[in-house]
This record gives sequence, structure tokens and C-alpha cells, in this order.
Amino acid sequence: MRATAAAPPARRRRRRSTDLSRADRIWLWVMVGVPAALHIGLVWIPASLTVILSFAEWDNLAPLSDIRDVGFRNYWFIFTVFEGDLFGALFNNFVLIVWLTICSAVGMLFAYLLDKNIRGSRIYQSIYYFPVVLSLAVVGFIWKSTMFSRDRGLLNTLWPGGPIDFVGDGTKIFSFDLPFLDPALGLSKNFAALLVAMAWRHIGYIMVMYLAGLKAVDHALREAAAIDGCNEWQAFRRVIFPSLKPINVIVVVITAIEALRAYDIIAALNEPRGTDVMGTLVTKSLLGEGGGRVGFGSAYGVVMLLLCLGFIIWYVINHYRESEL
Amino acid sequence: MTDEAKSSLRLPGLSRRNFVVGTGAAAIGGAALLAACGDDEEAAPATTAAPATTAAPTTTAEADTGVGTTTLGSNYSDEKPRNALAAAVAATGVDTVINTIDHNTYQENFNTYIQQPDDVVAWFAGYRMRAFASKGVVGDISDVWDNLPGMSEGFRSAASGLDGKQYFVPLYFYPWAVHYRKSLFADNGYDIPTTWDDFMVLCETMAADGITPLCAANDGRWPQMGMFDMLNMRVNGYDFHVSLMGGRENWEDDRVKSIFSTWEELLPYYQPDPNGRTWQDAANALGDKSAGMYLIGTFLTSNFDGETQADIIDDIDFFLFPEVDPAHGQDAIEAPIDGFMMAAEPANEAGAKALLTGLGSVEAIDAYLSVDPSVVAANSNADTSGYNALQKKSAEAVSSAKYISQFLDRDTDPDFAANVAGVGIADFLATPGNIDTILADVEAKKQTYTFE
Repeated sequence: MRATAAAPPARRRRRRSTDLSRADRIWLWVMVGVPAALHIGLVWIPASLTVILSFAEWDNLAPLSDIRDVGFRNYWFIFTVFEGDLFGALFNNFVLIVWLTICSAVGMLFAYLLDKNIRGSRIYQSIYYFPVVLSLAVVGFIWKSTMFSRDRGLLNTLWPGGPIDFVGDGTKIFSFDLPFLDPALGLSKNFAALLVAMAWRHIGYIMVMYLAGLKAVDHALREAAAIDGCNEWQAFRRVIFPSLKPINVIVVVITAIEALRAYDIIAALNEPRGTDVMGTLVTKSLLGEGGGRVGFGSAYGVVMLLLCLGFIIWYVINHYRESEL
Repeated sequence: MTDEAKSSLRLPGLSRRNFVVGTGAAAIGGAALLAACGDDEEAAPATTAAPATTAAPTTTAEADTGVGTTTLGSNYSDEKPRNALAAAVAATGVDTVINTIDHNTYQENFNTYIQQPDDVVAWFAGYRMRAFASKGVVGDISDVWDNLPGMSEGFRSAASGLDGKQYFVPLYFYPWAVHYRKSLFADNGYDIPTTWDDFMVLCETMAADGITPLCAANDGRWPQMGMFDMLNMRVNGYDFHVSLMGGRENWEDDRVKSIFSTWEELLPYYQPDPNGRTWQDAANALGDKSAGMYLIGTFLTSNFDGETQADIIDDIDFFLFPEVDPAHGQDAIEAPIDGFMMAAEPANEAGAKALLTGLGSVEAIDAYLSVDPSVVAANSNADTSGYNALQKKSAEAVSSAKYISQFLDRDTDPDFAANVAGVGIADFLATPGNIDTILADVEAKKQTYTFE
């Protein structure tokens, strides 16, 4: 390699390609080309079109020639006129990130306890895991009609006081004012109720991932820790947790993605007041019989995309920096 | 009324949500999943609605009309309406392939579908039809209207685009009115109120008797749009309502504020917390007589089981929303109309027009009603002998009304209805004291719509 390093790149490439047989090269192109084409076709082209459409006005109906360029007007509108919707949704997404992170920690705790082979751990596993097999839309439906319903929900039947409107009550549990924003931001009561339903599912999900990870942790490590006189917490913090790193990475990514893309459970509850997230704002403008504000929906989508990109870039940078060390 | 009728009331948002719920529920049910998301043949088999002569239906029909085969895109996906529509199409004698699509999917994807539609498509009257007419994606069928005896002028105007041409053939409708249980009113000696004062007195009496006067639901943010429409037409009149829906009025106007101040007088008599209640839950309160009155479409009766709760269905009656301003009396009624449009460039134009003419005829609606008797025929010559009391009353109420509105989400930009007006109404119900702020917000957001 050292000899060829000085050679012109063109020659080097030729030389390298001769290392592969013709069939190999074809296979290489297929293996790289098909995923790349799919990725570009299904991810990058739609994403780019979304960005383009966010600068346009189109009702999703008239011919493409009817798409009108409106510059930054859609963005101007969502940041000035619809700012209550936008920042309310962003705040809810932020709450979700915090909340699901807490749920992930709880899921890890459950997994750790169940991994101890306590009696009946299989039963506990099944119970905690049960909600995961349901789609969030179904989870939403179950909680809405059987748990939260003001007139016949289980929670209101058991509750000794007056009925609580879990679904419709959009008043804020806490709120704060931002100087540049007119409506106060805060956590609405019904979104808090939704968080409970989401936790019900998310904890089980994370628990299963950690259970799988814990099974893979070498027993010799635990024994060594025990011999060295570690207590339970030290063993977990210094030995087991670091050895779970691959799982941790996946859990962080899943938690963040779940929080940013939250949509189905809220949609299943008919998007009550105060529970908007970015996902519902996008679909409200893009789908449905309205379906007439492609530009608006795309602008919301781009805001969401930038947030996700921000997270991904931050994550990738951190991840690679760590692995270099 | 049927699920079909309910579905046609759906807001953009509502149908999407129900779709998600539907698919979600289907995930439990398994098999139903395909039906919920599937698009045509596979999910809901195309029905060839030829006459019962199964031997050679195609040739028979073709021989009859000589217009060839026509396709009909239908959202009549529940069993009863689907069979009823097949019967109605068969009665037209036009050889037709019906492509039935799940109604949520159909309405949600209509913007896409209408660009490559079937020859004839099922749709709704009002702004939602006009929007498509003015975009030129549906065809002018004014000549069909020359051959529609029995369709009143009211229906013709409901079927007309902004250019005065007709783009729509009505099949049936269902009015919105104040429903109540006859036995409850008889037992307690309540009288039907015709004026606002009577209405208030009745509400007060009911409350004193320990009955919640008014059922109130707003889950999905569409049920209370009906109340908004009624109050606006009673307080400010139909013309102002149309103008407001057309985006030509200021939502901070005193006239709009007077709608909400009138509404506020009603709120103490509402079931509490309407925003989280489904219309079905509210209907159950009417069913068990814990609540007295319910402003909703006549599809209300479909909430009750036809066999085990037949006594409740028979006991339900309605009265027109009482007069608020004598200048307007009870001259307007809300009665959404369902019917059909023609594609802009149908593959078989002669067949499409023959089918539309047929669907507007007495024979078609009679055949429809013989299978699904829960709707009211648009054609005034239809056979009403099979009507139940509610159907008769509905027909009468609509034919005697001077003005017929469709529904908030059918009379204005559906996106504005769902994402601005509907949200404003829900906010008002939660915090009536904030109405000035709410209306300022609605007006600011309204400015971003073109109402083309």
C-alpha cells in the first residue's frame, strides 16, 4: 500500500478494482446501489420536496403548475399567527423527551430487578411487556374509552370525588410566560394524562431491551465485582451499566425518536385541546378532508426535521468522539 | 341514521383520527385491517350493480341504455348503505361498476383521488363541492339537471357552483334539530319551546327537576359546530352566516360576539366538560333520560341498537331550534346533503350522465330507501309511505325551511373549520370568559386563508 500511496489516484482506483472479479463488482454495485437508490428515492427526495413545498402555497389538488411560490410566508405565519400552536406543540415534544427519558430509566430498573430471577419474574415480564405488542393507536383507544372517559371510564368510576375530564381538560398544571410569546406555555392536564398512557407502553418496551442486554452481560463480571467487594449500586454503576453501552445507545435513540415523532396516541384520542405535538400539526394541515395547506404542513414538517437533524448531528458527533477515545 | 351519514359529517381531523382508531382497532381484530386501509377491490370488492338477472347482467343493462359501462367511486362502505347504493344503481339501469372505498380513507384521500377518479364520485353538497367545482376537477352536469323532476330549487342551488352551473346530484339528507324523548316530556309536562325565552324557562325547569337540560359533546371538535351554526342563523340570519363562512366578515364583529353571548346563556344547562365527551356518550345520557335535549343530526338514533333499544328509538322526536331574533324566526335549518359528482373528464361521459340522471330519479332513491330506510330522500317525488315518524318530520322540516345550511365544515374552507373555527369553539366551551381573545385569534388566523 505504501508504494501505491504515492501513485495518482486514478491508477490506484484501477488497481484496486482489478482485485475484484467482475461478478463481485456487479454484486457490489447491487448491494450498494439498491439501498442507496431506495434511500435517496424514499428519504431524500421526499424530504427535499417537503422543504421546497414549505415555501409554496398548494392545495394538494390543482395541477402542479398551480403551486405558487410564497417565499417565507408559511414560516412567517406559523411563527407569528399560529405561534400558539407551534410553540405549544414544541413544548409538548420537549416534555415528552424528558418524560420518556424518565420512563426509560424506570424500564431499566424493572429489567434489572426482573433479571434477578425473582419468583414469578416471567409473569411480571409478560404483564409489563403486554402493552408493547399493542400499537400506540390502540393504546390511546383503550385509555380513552375504558380508562379516561368522563362518564364511564374506570378511573372516574373508582375515583371517590367528582368526575375528572381527563380527555377534554386543557387547563395547565403549570405554565410560564415567554417574553416573545403571547400564549403561556405549560403542561395541560390532559397531556399529563396522555403521558401516563405513553409510559404504560414505553416502560415495557425499554424493559425488554435491557432484559436482553442484561442476559448478555458476562456473569464473570458480576462475580468479579462481588469478589472485589462492590455493593449492589457500585456493581451496577461501574460494571454492568458500562457493559450495556450498545443497548444504552439504542435506548437513547429510540427514546428521542419516540418523543419527537409522537403522533398516533394523540390522534387516537382525537387530538384534545392542549395536546398538540409537531406530528399532529403536520398531519392536520396535510391530511384530512381539508388537506388544503400543503405549504403549512410542510413548514411544520421542516421545523420538525431541523429538530431531529439537530439531535442526530449532536448524537453522531458525541458518539464518534467517544468511540475514538 | 347510518354510519354512513355520520361519516359524511366528519371533519378532516375527525376522519383521520377515526381512521387511526379504526386501523388500531383493526390491529386487534386482525382481518379488518385490510378493510380499513385498503383502497379498492381487495378491501371492498367492486360490486357490479347490475340488475338481479345474474345470468347476463352486463348485456342486459347495456342493451337497455346503450351507454356502455360506467364506474362509480363510492364511500358507502358500511354494509347497509353499500347494499342500498347497489340497489339504487341497479334501479338506474346503467351498467355500473361500483368501487367501494372505506369512507374514512375515501374522504381523507379525496384530493388525491379526484385527480384520477371514477366516472361518477360520491360526495357532499356545499363549499366542499364548490371548491372542487371552481378548480375544474369535477364536470359540469347542468344538462343532467334538465331531467331531474322532483328536485326542488333549494337542492338545485345546493348543487350549484359559484358560476351558477350544477356539479352535483343530491341523493338524501339528514337535518340537525333538538332531539328529545317524548315520554320524558309527557311525564314531566314539558312543552316544546319555540322561542328563546321558552327555551330558557324549559332548561331552568329541567335543571330544577334534576335533569341535565342539554346533552353536550365536542370530542373531535365537530359536534358543537352544529350549535354554532344554529345560533348564528337564529341570531344573525342565514345571509350573515354564509358571509361569515365565506371569510367576508370579521370574527371580532359584534354580531359574532352576540352569538357567543347567547351561547353563554346556554352553558349552565350543558352537560359539564363537553370537550372530552363523544357524541355517543352524550346520546347515552339522552337514552337513559339523565339529560333532556340534544342538538344533533338525525343520525342520533343509530347510536341505539335497533332491537334491544327499539323503545328508545321510537321514543325520540325532535323540534326545530327555537327562535332567537323574530326577524329570522326559525327560517333556517341545517341539513347536510349527500350525493354525487361527475369527473371532469370521465372515460364514459354519456354513461356518467345517464347514471347521474338515474341516481337523481325517484326510482333510485326508492330503491335506496327500501334497503336503508334511515335517510330522507332529496327527490320530493320519492315514495314516503315507508317513512317512519322521524323521516316524515325531517322531510317536512327541510321542505318548509327557507334556508338550508350544510355544516360548518361543509360551508367553509375545511381546513379553517377544523384547525381554526373548531379550535376556537372548543376554547370557548372551556373558557367562555376568554371569548374576546379567542375571537381575535380566530380573526388573525382567518386572514391567512384565501377562501377561494
